[in-house]
Amino acid sequence: MEPIIKVSGLSKRYRVGGGNGYGNLRESIVRTVKAPLRLLNSRSRNNGFDGKAHFWALKDVDFEVQPGEILGLVGSNGAGKSTLLKVLSRITRPTAGRVELHGRVRSLLEVGTGFHPELTGRENVFLNGAILGMRRSETVRKFDEIVAFAEVEKFIDTPVKHYSSGMYVRLAFAVAAHLEPEILLVDEVLAVGDIRFWQKSNDKMRQLNAQGMTIVLVTHNMWLIQTVCTRGMLLKNGKIDTEGRPQLVIDAYRRTAEELREQPTTSGNVDKEGAIESVHLLPTEDWTADGKATPGSPMRLKFTAYIPSEPRVKLYIRITSPDAIPFFTVYSELVNVPSNGRLTCDAKIPRLMLHGGDYLVWVGVCSDRDQEDKLLQTNVPLKVSQTGATNPERGLFWNEAAWEIS
Amino acid sequence: MNSAERKLEPADEISQYVPDGSEKRALHAVEDVLPLPAKGRSPALIIEGNRWVGPDLRELWAHRELFLFLAWRDVKVRYKQTALGASWAILQPLISMVVFTMLFGRLAKVPSEGQPYAIFSYAGLLPWNFFTTAVTNSSNSLISSTNLITKVYFPRLLVPTAAVGACLVDIAIAALMLFAIMPFYGVGFHASLLMLVPLVMLAALTAAALGIWTSALNVKYRDIRYALPFAIQMLMFLTPVIYPISFLPERWRWLLRLNPLSGIIEGFRNAVFGRPFNWTGLAISALVTLGLLVGAALVFSRMEEEFADVI
Repeated sequence: MEPIIKVSGLSKRYRVGGGNGYGNLRESIVRTVKAPLRLLNSRSRNNGFDGKAHFWALKDVDFEVQPGEILGLVGSNGAGKSTLLKVLSRITRPTAGRVELHGRVRSLLEVGTGFHPELTGRENVFLNGAILGMRRSETVRKFDEIVAFAEVEKFIDTPVKHYSSGMYVRLAFAVAAHLEPEILLVDEVLAVGDIRFWQKSNDKMRQLNAQGMTIVLVTHNMWLIQTVCTRGMLLKNGKIDTEGRPQLVIDAYRRTAEELREQPTTSGNVDKEGAIESVHLLPTEDWTADGKATPGSPMRLKFTAYIPSEPRVKLYIRITSPDAIPFFTVYSELVNVPSNGRLTCDAKIPRLMLHGGDYLVWVGVCSDRDQEDKLLQTNVPLKVSQTGATNPERGLFWNEAAWEIS
Repeated sequence: MNSAERKLEPADEISQYVPDGSEKRALHAVEDVLPLPAKGRSPALIIEGNRWVGPDLRELWAHRELFLFLAWRDVKVRYKQTALGASWAILQPLISMVVFTMLFGRLAKVPSEGQPYAIFSYAGLLPWNFFTTAVTNSSNSLISSTNLITKVYFPRLLVPTAAVGACLVDIAIAALMLFAIMPFYGVGFHASLLMLVPLVMLAALTAAALGIWTSALNVKYRDIRYALPFAIQMLMFLTPVIYPISFLPERWRWLLRLNPLSGIIEGFRNAVFGRPFNWTGLAISALVTLGLLVGAALVFSRMEEEFADVI
């Protein structure tokens, strides 16, 4: 069968340094005056990076997608997944290479693109539909279905600024779910809303696929890759690292996450001054001799942070899966930073409700204004020793019960 | 397909998550469930780097509904967010008219071709206000649609042009006000008023040309946001808004004619006062506008491939 998407030698280069890419009008005028012919010559125009540093977000990517496939794209941040999706959806143009798309393409890079808070639900459905490429007549035909799917019938004539975030997302997703493309490009948007709606969205996606739709999906959610995708593709530094059946790609991705973990990473807003100088997981009495925690055991963590620029901060501890899916986060009270800028913390989590397996413990500092404003962050691995057989049905967390059976 | 074959499916381990058999088939036995809607292979859409093709008129036409939706959104949002709503469209030219009549009509005694200065200036302010609002909104339209441009594809040209389209509602309302005050100044209604429609269209095209051009530049050079209001202010003196073209000595009038708004505003006044039209003047305006529009569309299509990356 002929591929529905054919990508060959696809590359995309971005400029770095100067960062935002806003031009300097004066510089531009000077350049134009000096080299009037350059504007006419597209080749030199593209090489005209003026010695500024650049990087390849995608480099010589080749792949094909067969009709009816659900291709899952994974990769760590900056691996090129989103850029690839943006090129496929024509939002940005590749620097080199070629893409052939044999079918109507719709992209869903964000839920509710173009939603306007002042407009009512009804108005937004039509506007959003038009933006996503639906004809008005088509939207009219599907309107009731969309509203029913989103479960917002009562509020359809209320401006969406009064919606709860759940309602907003449901309505936005409902519009998108009723597009009828032959190729759908989706970026992580399903990771929103409550779990019941999430399930509903996944079912909808399977159903659309059953009707013959081809889907390219970017996600960090390994469960989604495993349950929904027919094939996976791992991107690493703008190149295809692994491609094949979902489990193969998931394993490769986990290894990548492991490699990244080897050198303690500092992520988040790292441009601010300061550092987390040391992190130590201290074994407690319930831990195994080789430094593994056990389900239900306490965890003790000591760390020091140097944070000279902020007067008051909050500290936090977060436990995630190896691919950084958060399980829980605990925040400290607001604390004053001493004049030497150094904070020492000794924290204890009384019971770790985790099954056996690998985890990451993240420690960090966030500003007093906004918990989202992470000033410093780093992680250390945590191993919990295996008790009993691995079974996906046991769920994400460990717990125990006091049984009284009669 | 029987169950023995199914065991050979590489991705079979996931079957436990799939609720029912029909969906499992759909997921893994692709060739069975397809083919796509039986209309054969769709023509390919090719995406390539470094290929500059100019504006795609067919694609623009295919997106005409989106144009209307974007314009409709602008109108709707603008009037929902303001306390006075649509009355702004009337108040603006009306207050300007009063001030101009006092200052230029009474005090400075600017000639108004023998017509009441109030109507003379309102007839000039109508297209001028439309033009300035349309160009200003249009030039800011792309940068205020960042979320659209970085998240979804559609012909970018729709954004600045829809911003101009939204201003047509304002000029329609302001024109009704003009018809309401005309009798007070003893200005009768003439069939020539029908010419206002093509004249407004011409003004809209002129505004679109400038809007398309400045909106594209604005993405890359935020200087435009500061330069434009100033440029528009200067342009007012080079446009016969508060004075008639005949105010200038004969030998300089050709210069004023190069400004497409001159012909348009003059046409507005002729339509309102029921005088014969200066077709040469209008033809010059139309030609200059056409030239600007083509130039702007070319510049725009040249720059639009970068929008999502630099905005």
